[in-house]
Amino acid sequence: MSRAAARWAAALGALASHWRRRPLQAAAALLGLALATALWSGVQALNGEAKRAYAEAAAVLEGDRIDRLEPVAEGRLDVATYAALRRAGLAVSPVIEGSLGVGGRRLRLVGVEPLTLPRSALGEALQADGPDIAAFTGPPWAMLASAETLDRLGIAPGSRGRADDGRALPPAVAADRLAPDLLLTDIGAAAALLGPGLTALLIDPEAPASPVPWQEIAGDRLVLVPAAGESGLDGLTGSFHLNLTAFGFLAFAVGLLITHAAVGLAFEQRLGLIRTLRACGVSAREVAGLLLAELALGAALAGALGLVGGWLVAGLLMPGVSATLSGLFGAPVSGGLSLAPGWWVQGLAMSLAGAAIAAGHTLARAYALPPLASARRQDWAASGRRTRRLEAALGLAALAAGAAVWGFGSGLVAGFALMAAMMLAAVLLLPALLAWLLARAARLARGPVAEWAVADSRQQIPGLSLALMALLLALAANIGVGTMVESFRTTFVDWLERRLVADIYVSPARAEQEAPLGAWLAARPETAELLGLRRTEIRLGAERLELMGRPAAPAYREGWPLLEAAPGAWDRLAEGTGLLVSEQLSRRMGLGLGDAVVLPAPGGAWPVAVVGIYADYGNPRGEATVGLAAMEARWPGARFDGYGVRLVPGTDTGPVMAAIEAAFGLGPDELVDNAGVRRFSLRVFERTFAVTAMLNLFTLGVAGVALFASLLTLSDLRLASLAPVWAAGVPRRRLAALELGKTLALALLTAVLAIPLGLGLAWLLVAVINVEAFGWRLPLHLFPGQWLWLIGLTAVTALAAAALPMLRLARLPAARLAKIFAEER
Amino acid sequence: MAGVLALVLGLLLALPAAAQEAERAFDRMRSGGAGFAEVLPETALRFPEDHGAHPGFRIEWWYVTANLRDAEGAPLGLQWTLFRFATRPGGAADAGWATPQIWMGHAAVTTAEAHRAAERLARGGIGQAGVATDPFAAWIDDWVFAHAGAGGAGAFSPLRLAARGEGFAYDVTLAAEGPMVLQGEAGYSVKSAVGQASHYASQPFFAVEGWVEVAGTRRQVTGRAWMDREWSSRPLAGSQSGWDWFSLHLSGGEKLMVYRLRDSARGDYVTGNWIAPDGTSTRLAPGAVRLAPLARAEVAEGREMTVRWRIEIPARGLAVETRPLNPRAWNGLSTAYWEGPVFVEGSHAGEGYLEMTGE
Repeated sequence: MSRAAARWAAALGALASHWRRRPLQAAAALLGLALATALWSGVQALNGEAKRAYAEAAAVLEGDRIDRLEPVAEGRLDVATYAALRRAGLAVSPVIEGSLGVGGRRLRLVGVEPLTLPRSALGEALQADGPDIAAFTGPPWAMLASAETLDRLGIAPGSRGRADDGRALPPAVAADRLAPDLLLTDIGAAAALLGPGLTALLIDPEAPASPVPWQEIAGDRLVLVPAAGESGLDGLTGSFHLNLTAFGFLAFAVGLLITHAAVGLAFEQRLGLIRTLRACGVSAREVAGLLLAELALGAALAGALGLVGGWLVAGLLMPGVSATLSGLFGAPVSGGLSLAPGWWVQGLAMSLAGAAIAAGHTLARAYALPPLASARRQDWAASGRRTRRLEAALGLAALAAGAAVWGFGSGLVAGFALMAAMMLAAVLLLPALLAWLLARAARLARGPVAEWAVADSRQQIPGLSLALMALLLALAANIGVGTMVESFRTTFVDWLERRLVADIYVSPARAEQEAPLGAWLAARPETAELLGLRRTEIRLGAERLELMGRPAAPAYREGWPLLEAAPGAWDRLAEGTGLLVSEQLSRRMGLGLGDAVVLPAPGGAWPVAVVGIYADYGNPRGEATVGLAAMEARWPGARFDGYGVRLVPGTDTGPVMAAIEAAFGLGPDELVDNAGVRRFSLRVFERTFAVTAMLNLFTLGVAGVALFASLLTLSDLRLASLAPVWAAGVPRRRLAALELGKTLALALLTAVLAIPLGLGLAWLLVAVINVEAFGWRLPLHLFPGQWLWLIGLTAVTALAAAALPMLRLARLPAARLAKIFAEER
Repeated sequence: MAGVLALVLGLLLALPAAAQEAERAFDRMRSGGAGFAEVLPETALRFPEDHGAHPGFRIEWWYVTANLRDAEGAPLGLQWTLFRFATRPGGAADAGWATPQIWMGHAAVTTAEAHRAAERLARGGIGQAGVATDPFAAWIDDWVFAHAGAGGAGAFSPLRLAARGEGFAYDVTLAAEGPMVLQGEAGYSVKSAVGQASHYASQPFFAVEGWVEVAGTRRQVTGRAWMDREWSSRPLAGSQSGWDWFSLHLSGGEKLMVYRLRDSARGDYVTGNWIAPDGTSTRLAPGAVRLAPLARAEVAEGREMTVRWRIEIPARGLAVETRPLNPRAWNGLSTAYWEGPVFVEGSHAGEGYLEMTGE
């Protein structure tokens, strides 16, 4: 070993001995970084998995990469027009797409024509799993689905399942890269199952342009739908992922605060050692290098731990995320998790970068430290004041920057930027605010011990500020998200109550049951009102939406919630001149009351006016409602969507449902009562926000760890402050109790300050981010009970975090305190 | 034209991995055509009826090649091919998507400097591709080979031939200046010593004029074209791997069709037909014609093939060598093969087309 190496080894050993003597401090530094990495990489894994799922869904003709021609009206395109377009030289490929009931589920069936299908329309993996083309393109055809989907349908590969209407499906082929709940067949098989009309023509992006424009052949029967790009699943769900990422960053930041606190403290405590090393001839560069090596080692260790944690977090959250995405956006994401090599690399890199951020300042100071500098520790109070002023100034700057972004920008990103600025400003202003509050409190303090306690609390702020910042962030996030979710829940429950106007909902899977069922229901004495429902899909401009036919019956007139309504809205609906639009659709298309809309009915354009706007929470797609009679007259092919039955008041639903079931042999999916729908909807709601709640809890947990770690690492230093007070005659037990009280007070003050910050956050979420992301705005409700609960939780966390150091203090031998008192003087 | 069999097999790669599928398809073509119509020596070919499709047979094609010159005298060539392929026997004509018929078009243009090729695929049964006889029309998408005159029952010549692809397009008129010619023995063309055969007829007497566009430059062209009509259900012996096929216009007005089917088990099978200027066709039995490779060249990135050949027919006093207009006339399509114009030099001068597959 060279002399230099031996010197470095010795110096590294000396530096590392610090951690050996303070395992808790070492644990805090590692834990902070590991937690930061875990939450960050966990969120990344979730996002990655969802993105992969979207790519798969898009890979099967979701159309976000390929321009398509679609029939203007609901009517489908005939095959002869397709052939005419091809013979004119247009490189288009036909698709028949629709939903098919199998095993009681609605699945998406996509029929493609493989001979003309653009290469880029099918995922590469799918091309590799595909069956022989002769088997695919001819009877009995083949039906591709993921193994998971087939499993759920109970169809073994190679065997033929049945649709809910009894028709045989093509023999199943497992193709694992297909999105869940998607069936892929040849267009011939799809024509047999869904009807012969084409639902779209894909335009091959690689083919040379046609010399003849498609309009010359198809006239105005088709409309060009450009590749969706931003407005596809990626765009729709972007907000959700941005949300997750923001949480990931928040957790990361909190974790870094812990590490920063631990590393900074360790540096302070090792100043003497570093000075000694420098005096022994180790250069500043070498010291910095050694600290860097130590840091890299620690970061790698923490990163590895964090990745394992991230994997666990992702595994835990994935089912919830998948439920959220399919519930809220209709995005098919399977609950599985597979991690790409890039994820591990990225996680480790984040850990190293995090360590560099957390410790960079410390390293720079070690490098700049003059060899003969005093090894005396900083004057906490003086430095604290300076730092506070600087932090407060930065905080105000962040606030100004946030306001500027908000003023000039708009949309989701500006909303999140404002949120970030607000959080940052709050964090930076926290120490100054706490100091100010304690200064006020000092005036109220009576007696020397109380005065000392308040003054000492102020002096403790710099040491605890990082942990308190972490706590503030976590609490504010909790209050903000909690308020948003609870506001949503309150609104949602109320809306559901009013929206579900019928007592029983009957939607038979077999269309031929519609008429007899209607006659039977109408004849029952228990029936007060029979509400038929129809739906069809139309296109308004670039927007594809669901058009509902609802009767202008008393049930709707009286109870159905409209956010805004023109006078006589339901009358105008009934007479066929009015249209109700969902809030999402009205925002997306800029439709307001009185606006004229021309609906593309198969029999010809139908001009109507917007007479009402209704909330349609949880629906990723736009929706509009016309009168049932008008829909039946203008869309003869509109799908029957079931009956709502309003019973004579006082009638028990049970026997009526039993009678319907007995008469028509309906399954549980076809017949459900009001309470059942409500139960189901609320379950979807709860599942949707389960992930948010869980991440929230994680963040709070990390903040608790931060507080605990800070108090623990500080407890040694605190002894120097406590020794004189003890020497002045305050017993150890009393001292310990005082310490506990002070910690509690700081934590509670922070919790109280977190309430306005959290409410600001909630407002941003409800009024800005939700509107951008989902297209609906909620009234903001306040839940003081939740705040009290959080304050209580904070107290418990603070007590738990302070208990161990205080216990040690209470049990500390008097001789030790005396010694510290003597040495510090 | 035996040479195109493999191309039809290439159909099977649209969805899955190409190589594996092509292998499977080769096996199927060699293993026989149970349920399909059979090629029998006593079947008499009749035109214009037999210009139409024969859906009972497994495979069939309409194959046109043309040797052309532009206004400056620079030589070029074009190819237009429509293949029909049945994935299984039976299937009603009006079966729609359920039809077993699949169509494939290949089109190419070759100059001394450039070679461009394109492919189209279509399902039968829906009108996107097909062949009609009254008047004659063969098409896939906007590629057409169709009667361009006053019409009338069974009208065939004159014909419009047009196609386009990435970097090329052409639109020419073909006028027949001689009769249809039956290949093999009265249209019964034996493909191996163990009896595989096809129905095979040609129209080698087309005069051509029109335009060809390559790389953005449109040129007026004139020249001559050769059309092959062939259909079969089981044309390949199990050990046959590929072929080299010539259709030549000789300077004295004679036409020569020669092919060699490479056979690993029984030795190569070389045969052809000698066609007099009046259309009289005489089969060249195995042994009557000799075919020998002369020189190889790179025809595509990393692929070398024989591009110069010697053909000898001692009984006819013919000893010629062929040389390609462009050795890189490689059709890199779903099934790849070499297809391009050649010049003939030696005892007879001339020009024509060469196709090489399965090498």
